[in-house]
Amino acid sequence: MGEGMNIQLIMFYLFSFCAIMAAVGVVSFKEAIHCGTSLLVTIFCIAVLFLLLQAEFIAAVQIYIYAGAIMVLVIVVVLLINVRISGENRHVPLIAASAVTGAALFLMFLYVIASSTFAPPQGIYTPEYQVANGGQTMQIGLMLFREYLFPFEIASVLLLVGMIGAIVLPTRRRFRRKGQGGDMI
Amino acid sequence: MIPMNLFLGVAAALFVIGLIGVLTRRNLLIVFMSIELMVNAANLNFVTFSHYANNLRGDIIAIFVITVAAAEAAVGLGIVISIYRNQNSVDTDNINLLKW
Repeated sequence: MGEGMNIQLIMFYLFSFCAIMAAVGVVSFKEAIHCGTSLLVTIFCIAVLFLLLQAEFIAAVQIYIYAGAIMVLVIVVVLLINVRISGENRHVPLIAASAVTGAALFLMFLYVIASSTFAPPQGIYTPEYQVANGGQTMQIGLMLFREYLFPFEIASVLLLVGMIGAIVLPTRRRFRRKGQGGDMI
Repeated sequence: MIPMNLFLGVAAALFVIGLIGVLTRRNLLIVFMSIELMVNAANLNFVTFSHYANNLRGDIIAIFVITVAAAEAAVGLGIVISIYRNQNSVDTDNINLLKW
């Protein structure tokens, strides 16, 4: 038990360090494509942190949806829009103010985390219970399709609306004079 | 078990880094990526509390958050492309049509 504990802690420190370093890369690299690759590294590291939290289904969803779908979309758009913003980050006072704000917020978060005492675990879904009853994926499926069925359906409507938005928003609308074909394509 | 506070600290650090990115960067795409970073940090918090309370509801909320993030990515990148079509730039300083 002690040996496994050590390996878990080592994995935690390694991957959280990687996640934070890659996140710093996301906000500090000049080229958007480097930022996108860095964000991909962060997403994989967070998936490993999910595995350390014994949330294997969320880790798989994180890799499929975030790394597989969302980041590919972002990187394709980065490649479509190949612009370099000249003189970016020239607002030195803005950066200083943001850094101070961020540092103050981070210290506040750390104070809240360190000074809080959390309630003892009350739920029935201990890791042992989940393993004995078909694993976490099955437990999440049962809860999703029983208690959370209505939010699940709402989410499908949300995805439909997002799909329509993704089709309509980037489409170029050309207006032609009357008599030269259709009014609008 | 790994202490819960460590996960919360990592999530707080990721959130603050994303916030600094949103505030300082001027490329709309990088602002978008920083928002994704903040969403991920919030998700890590949900899953952490869910695990340490022996409760599955945080995991369910995390799945819904990922769903919303997917829809947000589709619509947000559509808006970015349409802004690029209109202005030939994705610099946030140039998007000032409605500025008072």
